[in-house]
Amino acid sequence: MKILHCPLNGPRNISEFIYGGELKTMPDPATCSDREWADYVFYHDNLPAVVTEWWFHSASGYWFLAERHTLTDEVLRTFDPGELFRQRVEFAHAETPS
Amino acid sequence: MPFALLKYGLSSDYPAEQDLPPPKALAASYDVVIIGGGGHGLAIAYYLAKYHGITKVAVLEKAYLGGGNTARNTAVIRSNYLTSEGVRFYAESVKLFQNLSHEFDFNIMYSERGQLTLAHTDATVRAFRQRAEVNKHFGGRTEMIDRQQIAELVPTLNLDPGHLPVLEGLWHRDGATARHDAVAWGYAKEAAKRGVEIHQLTEVEDLIIEGGRLTGVKTNRGTVRCGCAVQAVAGHSSVLAAKAGFRLPIVSYPLQAMVTQPVKPFLDPLVSSSALHCYVQQTSRGEVVFGGGSDPYPLYATRSTLELKESLIASAVEMFPFLAKARLMRQWGGITDMTPDYSPIMGESPVENYYLDAGWGTWGFKATPICGQTMAELIAGGGKVPELIRPFHLARFANFQQVNEMGATAASH
Ligand SMILES: Cc1cc2nc3c(=O)[nH]c(=O)nc-3n(C[C@H](O)[C@H](O)[C@H](O)COP(=O)(O)OP(=O)(O)OC[C@H]3O[C@@H](n4cnc5c(N)ncnc54)[C@H](O)[C@@H]3O)c2cc1C
Repeated sequence: MKILHCPLNGPRNISEFIYGGELKTMPDPATCSDREWADYVFYHDNLPAVVTEWWFHSASGYWFLAERHTLTDEVLRTFDPGELFRQRVEFAHAETPS
Repeated sequence: MPFALLKYGLSSDYPAEQDLPPPKALAASYDVVIIGGGGHGLAIAYYLAKYHGITKVAVLEKAYLGGGNTARNTAVIRSNYLTSEGVRFYAESVKLFQNLSHEFDFNIMYSERGQLTLAHTDATVRAFRQRAEVNKHFGGRTEMIDRQQIAELVPTLNLDPGHLPVLEGLWHRDGATARHDAVAWGYAKEAAKRGVEIHQLTEVEDLIIEGGRLTGVKTNRGTVRCGCAVQAVAGHSSVLAAKAGFRLPIVSYPLQAMVTQPVKPFLDPLVSSSALHCYVQQTSRGEVVFGGGSDPYPLYATRSTLELKESLIASAVEMFPFLAKARLMRQWGGITDMTPDYSPIMGESPVENYYLDAGWGTWGFKATPICGQTMAELIAGGGKVPELIRPFHLARFANFQQVNEMGATAASH
């Protein structure tokens, strides 16, 4: 049974977690082009390497980050997103004509 | 040795048949380089030689022929998809499969068993009705059947697994299976006969791109120039694309399967449950093959996991309780190139003279013939995209024109 170290709950069975995709920088949805948005939503590096990715501990509803090697499945480090995201992300709302 | 037997051995009327010519050095250049010697790469080579007279072709395979997902898949062949684009495409492939043994003069053991997919909820019944209608519209043989008909078709099936009673079934008469290795060998043999070179243990390590055009490939056995190249590397699609300098809307997930020891024939159709994420079929040798959903997170290793095998066995035993007594013989995994819309990516790439045959995920074996034929047409036409594969262009993601086959693919391949 594979164990993942949750930064909040400690070592837990991998079946309690949900994979959330590669960590990417989100372009501003209000101002970016369709192509940039498509790139963000659909495209991935998807390489056999150490990748920083989102994981979710479903039992406690907690999102965190992990550095995992996608060839060996070795998890090098898991950490709280607060290490990378120091400020609240504000979503600008484009004026939509009704 | 009896003289009568020796006579056959020495007679020129019965020459020893050679499957593939012995390996030789790589040439300095080819018209077409095909990266990946799975069913897809070999089929492209075959149709290039057969229909377009293009024979200065090299198939470069890093390991051995057909040892990737072509060797690992569970060989479900069907066309009962959801979208018009998908059904039209896969139905053409089924037609090509039906004639493949004759075409190769080699038995690929194509066996039209029919495929039964079980619906356990009202929502699934509605989705299946739509699939049946779309399939009929394009000439496929698909209909909805009720519990009694299901019981007659598959008497050993448990119609009330756990809390998920079977409501209706999608019965696809055209559903079939074939010997997957034979498909690869058939294409390889016929392509080689026409002059195509197949180089195993030849890994493409880098691509040579000059002024936005591909002009050659670097391999562990030296550099080769080429007029154009196509990548057909399944789970490694993103790795090759990165060498060409672009990314793909693909994530590589392992997919696992397993097979029991042979038992007496009890199951003719291929049976798949939409809710249990499990499909079961019996091979012509009597083995029972189980397959299911992908691993829960991406990985580039073909290792198996106990968690997935456990859940797969639990579902298979729900469907066919007596299988609890069967012994497993083998289990394995393959790396599948999953796209967000569960449709392939075929056609041109951002690099000139470099073509894509990717995004085949868990569903690409059944497309081997039509993929080979249309990709060969694309290459021979210098990039003119055949009508049948136009919807599968990479640009569909940036244009938000996806071909959504998720509902028709997720657990039934
Ligand atoms: C368990 C499992 C069950 C499946 N079940 C079904 C099913 O029932 N029905 C169905 O239709 N599909 C199924 N699939 C999907 C199907 O197997 C694939 O989509 C299909 O086989 C892809 O064929 P291919 O020739 O493109 O890939 P492959 O057969 O994987 O060939 C790609 C080849 O490229 C080679 N390669 C990679 N990188 C390089 C490089 N740099 N240089 C040279 N060569 C390279 C690899 O060694 C490999 O041999 C299943 C897959 C799996 C794993």
